[in-house]
Amino acid sequence: MALLQIAEPGLCADPHQHRLAIGIDLGTTNSLVATVRSGETAVLEDEAGRALLPSVVRYVQDGSPQVGLEAKLRQSDDPHNTIASVKRFMGRGLKDVPHAAATPYRFVDAPGMVRLETRAGVKSPVEVSAEILKVLRSRAEAALGGELTGAVITVPAYFDDAQRQATKDAARLAGINVLRLLNEPTAAAIAYGLDNASQGTFCIYDLGGGTFDVSILRLRQGIFEVAATSGDSALGGDDFDECIYRWIVGQSSLEEVPVADARLLLSLARKAKETLTDSDSARISATLSSGMEVDRILGAETFFDLTAGLISKTISPTRKALRDAGLGIEDIDGVVLVGGSTRMRHVRDAVAKFFGREPLTNLDPDKVVALGAAMQANMLVGNRKTDDWLLLDVIPLSLGLETMGGLVEKVIPRNATLPVTRAQDFTTFKDGQTAMSLHVVQGERELVGDCRSLARFELRGIPPMVAGAARIRVTFQVDADGLLSVSAHEQTSGVQATIEVKPSYGLGDDEIARMLQDSFSHAQNDMAARNLREQRVDGLRLLEATQAALDLDGRQLLSEVERAAIDRAMETLRVLLNSPDHTAIKRAADSLNRATAQFAARRMDASIQRALSGRRLEALEA
Amino acid sequence: MAITLSERAADRIQKFLAQRGKGIGLRLGVRTSGCSGMAYTLEFVDESLPDDLSFESGGVTVLIDPKSLTFLDGTELDFVREGLNEGFKFNNPNVKNTCGCGESFNV
Repeated sequence: MALLQIAEPGLCADPHQHRLAIGIDLGTTNSLVATVRSGETAVLEDEAGRALLPSVVRYVQDGSPQVGLEAKLRQSDDPHNTIASVKRFMGRGLKDVPHAAATPYRFVDAPGMVRLETRAGVKSPVEVSAEILKVLRSRAEAALGGELTGAVITVPAYFDDAQRQATKDAARLAGINVLRLLNEPTAAAIAYGLDNASQGTFCIYDLGGGTFDVSILRLRQGIFEVAATSGDSALGGDDFDECIYRWIVGQSSLEEVPVADARLLLSLARKAKETLTDSDSARISATLSSGMEVDRILGAETFFDLTAGLISKTISPTRKALRDAGLGIEDIDGVVLVGGSTRMRHVRDAVAKFFGREPLTNLDPDKVVALGAAMQANMLVGNRKTDDWLLLDVIPLSLGLETMGGLVEKVIPRNATLPVTRAQDFTTFKDGQTAMSLHVVQGERELVGDCRSLARFELRGIPPMVAGAARIRVTFQVDADGLLSVSAHEQTSGVQATIEVKPSYGLGDDEIARMLQDSFSHAQNDMAARNLREQRVDGLRLLEATQAALDLDGRQLLSEVERAAIDRAMETLRVLLNSPDHTAIKRAADSLNRATAQFAARRMDASIQRALSGRRLEALEA
Repeated sequence: MAITLSERAADRIQKFLAQRGKGIGLRLGVRTSGCSGMAYTLEFVDESLPDDLSFESGGVTVLIDPKSLTFLDGTELDFVREGLNEGFKFNNPNVKNTCGCGESFNV
């Protein structure tokens, strides 16, 4: 006997036509599934009343998968066949997996995405994720009493196209129809009903088990836009456990800690951390394998002091996200806390202090993303009469072109919202240049060598013109799925060339984070390097132009002495071009400019006379 | 002639209405479709219709159109939990047979 739910007015479904929709938070550490029933959004629990499904898959002896807590408990005694945090490997090649050697897994490099060798055979992260999704799907079908129409699955805002595609593939493998992938911060904002306001700017602070993400969302006329994202892909609740663990080891003067003891102490550290959420001290007592007794009381204040550094590590990305969004703290209308680690009192206090306002915390921070996803799914299958939420995404790293001297000209800046089209005009560097090589790069640094190369292509058939006369319009277009196409179009002749690239294929979030970090810490070096390259390019251009002019008019317009002075100035510049001192190059270029001033004036006069005398230019130039 | 709500059903409906933040009550109805002839409908109500009949049960306003009432009179709406699944169930004395799924029925 099917059980009925209350529908919105006029939206009652026909029998057997119920639109059952779920939201899935496919997390690195834990996954959840939620739905909307009779207008109420709730996370679905398993038979034992547990909402969180640990994102751990273990392949047991007969090769069948075991998912969740049972798998998690066997992690340490069956490490090769128990896959945790598979989300970090989604859509990643082996070279993109951070600290691959530090994980217990037997990685197999494969084109496109890394694979994992288990006793059930070689598994791709997509297959492993699909096992988690299958469990959530059957939990949902049991709870809703029917086949699912579809699901909204959340992904981090910085997930690139390959990672999003891998997530979709996993869902398909699990027999789930994906209605949409939704950014995690946006899901959190929806759960808090922030979309009901007509506009506002919100900060979503998400401190999970092993990752920290901060996002600035802008809501305008009911449209959510991710204005900026930042974070630290190697910072989370586990680091707080680690801090307590090191404190115990230090306090108890333990020297060598066997693996089993370390595991025991880490789990006690974790319990102590949880206890300190609402009490002022936690007791840690254990008997180690050596027979030694450890018994310590950890005070809340001590814990706060121990981990203050970790908290300040979340504030700097938060500040960066605000800066990227071009906003100040006073522009933020609300702060949402997501992730179990935000239960810690000093995390909340630090966030409240930074923003000067109390963050929103009334929803369970572990569930808030799944709840928002469920609300979005419910709306997408047509169970709610509302206008569509249009969710926009951003480019995680700037996209640009290599220009002369190995410099990067940014065409689409980081955090531009998708879809986006930007065009920029470039020109030829040499006289008579008929082809142009375009090198598309991604990154924040000023030099090509420090950015990631995405694609190269050539524009051929540019009519021969003097340097700088050609007008080549290069257009970067990134569609809603994050697919980049670059086209170059020479305006006078109409020749064009186009290439399509996946802008962030194979680029890990760690790599994105590192590249951003690099750009920040290297800003000054980069400026100096940029100056140097620019001076070199300018100097080279000046030398070439002077040489061309000398070849043309030098004999007619210059005396021996004048010619010698110019040659000397050219030689000085030519030598200095290889020096690392950009000001010296600039001085040499300036003095060459001064040395040729007279010559340039005479050339100008001569060409005017030629024009005025009405004689054929070609005859003179020949 | 009446429609009633079980205590559990009334509690749930009040909770759902409160969470929804708007709505004046619950609409029960019957429409022709489904494998066995007729099917129940269950909706929130934002505005009542001129012909609506209104009942109060467990603090909840239940609205029903007169045509549906002839098929539903005497029905008790219950809220039940079956394993992980939970939802509303019509205990309708007028029903002669239901289809296997219980969503549609004959009188």
